[in-house]
Amino acid sequence: MNLEGMYQDIILDHYKNPHGRGLRDPFDAESFQVNPTCGDEVTLRLKLDGEKVADVSYEGQGCSISQASVSVLTDLVVGHTVGEALKTMDAFVELMQGRGQVEPDEDVLEDGIAFAGVAKYPARVKCALLGWMAFKDALVKTEGVKA
Amino acid sequence: MTTTSSDANTTATSLNVAALRADFPILSRTVRDGKPLVYLDSGATSQRPRQVLDAERKFLETSNAAVHRGAHQLSEEATDAYEHARARIAEFVGANPDELVFTKNATEGINLVAYAMSNAATAGAGSERFKVGPGDEIVITEMEHHANLVPWQQLCQRTGATLRWFSLDDDFRLDLSNLDELVNERTKIVAFTHQSNVLGTVNPVAPIVKRAKEVGALTLLDACQSVPHFPVDFHALGVDYAVFSGHKMLAPSGIGVLYGRHELLEAMPPFLTGGSMIELVTLERTTFAPPPQKFEAGVPMTSQAVGLGAAVDYLSAIGMDRIEAHEHTLTEAAVAGLAEIDGVRLIGPSEAKDRGATIAFVVDGVHPHDAGQVLDSLGIAVRVGHHCAWPLHRVCKVPATVRATFYLYNDLSEVDKLVAGVREAQKFFGVA
Repeated sequence: MNLEGMYQDIILDHYKNPHGRGLRDPFDAESFQVNPTCGDEVTLRLKLDGEKVADVSYEGQGCSISQASVSVLTDLVVGHTVGEALKTMDAFVELMQGRGQVEPDEDVLEDGIAFAGVAKYPARVKCALLGWMAFKDALVKTEGVKA
Repeated sequence: MTTTSSDANTTATSLNVAALRADFPILSRTVRDGKPLVYLDSGATSQRPRQVLDAERKFLETSNAAVHRGAHQLSEEATDAYEHARARIAEFVGANPDELVFTKNATEGINLVAYAMSNAATAGAGSERFKVGPGDEIVITEMEHHANLVPWQQLCQRTGATLRWFSLDDDFRLDLSNLDELVNERTKIVAFTHQSNVLGTVNPVAPIVKRAKEVGALTLLDACQSVPHFPVDFHALGVDYAVFSGHKMLAPSGIGVLYGRHELLEAMPPFLTGGSMIELVTLERTTFAPPPQKFEAGVPMTSQAVGLGAAVDYLSAIGMDRIEAHEHTLTEAAVAGLAEIDGVRLIGPSEAKDRGATIAFVVDGVHPHDAGQVLDSLGIAVRVGHHCAWPLHRVCKVPATVRATFYLYNDLSEVDKLVAGVREAQKFFGVA
């Protein structure tokens, strides 16, 4: 197994220097997600400005994969419309559930393409998706999106 | 009696691990691009020797039938094999055969007792001592596996009883200083683990049982991590109930055991009802078979029971005292080896005394998942997470741990590989 294939430098950079971390006010919705098999957790707050994602702030504890993933998430969705953010989320989920067979589109996923190697390890896919599940849940809570 | 091919080559005191490993085909495979498998996750599930696999296959190829039904020859043979397994397992744990109930696993065994206690509310005369209600107390410990926590929490919610627990001391052992206050006249049952599945701590059974008897409380011992690893005698321990699982002791999954003192099993109302567990059925009412059948509704698992019987034969042929001594050597080496690494903190007693070969730890700056991933890349299988003991991790103020568990087929070279692997993880994540 190629450890470097899973732990791309991009992932380790986001883990050590997370983007947008910390819980901020004001926010429209908050979601707490936990991975019950390992205890990884994330609390994520979402602030919308009309159709736009104005801010995503979060706190969490967990492995490098789960914490780097939520850091990348903030880069990918803040400043974009809800519709764009959902498209990006779908692309990321598809990548993660692809067992390493999905070729990621860097134009859409940017740093998110670094998680392609994680998709080969089913036990870690949940880690990578934890923050995204919180984002989706928060969106649903704002009623900006149907469940 | 199953023979152990390795046994002839071993001395009275030490195991010939190399010969013994030949009985376990899976241990010779490689993982992750050709790395020899270093299996340190027997605390989750153990591997099975050929003798157990052969016993199951032989039963299925020659005698398979539904037990305790029918009068044909296969049915007789299957029933004999099933009951013979029960007798051997009973002898192995110091119990009588009619005191052992086969269950799906240990979790089901604990739920069986908890639900029987619920059912006692409406079960009529003879079941008063099992009744639980407001004002009653159930005592567990902070180090319980969810299997010995959630069923009691739920029982309290159903009945209005109060859940209480023993705390840990600074060396990850049970703090019994408030034993007399915690276990009192209101206590209905004290449910506690024999050996923690995270800390490795082996708990003192005698003082808890003594106090429970003084106040008329029942006791239930979670023996999942003790019965596979050292000699256990339920009669000598004096507990009222005990549970353990086959798959943690070289046997198939899908088979577990509930031990209950005969007098209690006689009086306790059933949990699951239906076929097999009856004496007389009319459309209006049913009387129940004597234990253990009273608690074995439906066609039971059979080849799994036969497999567990074979596993008990295998372990007995080696000798549980020798397995205990072997694991103690590995524990001492692992505790010492990991303690030498800067930035590694053991979550468990600092000394190998009264401590099983379950070694949980955290590595500063490397999350357990990530440490586990590095170990996996080296072929080392450990468990990461909270190991179904989330409250315990909160008490220890860690979100998760890495857990290595050793068994009779592990050796000192694997302890060294674990220690080297942890250093490798530190290097990879830049903390060493």
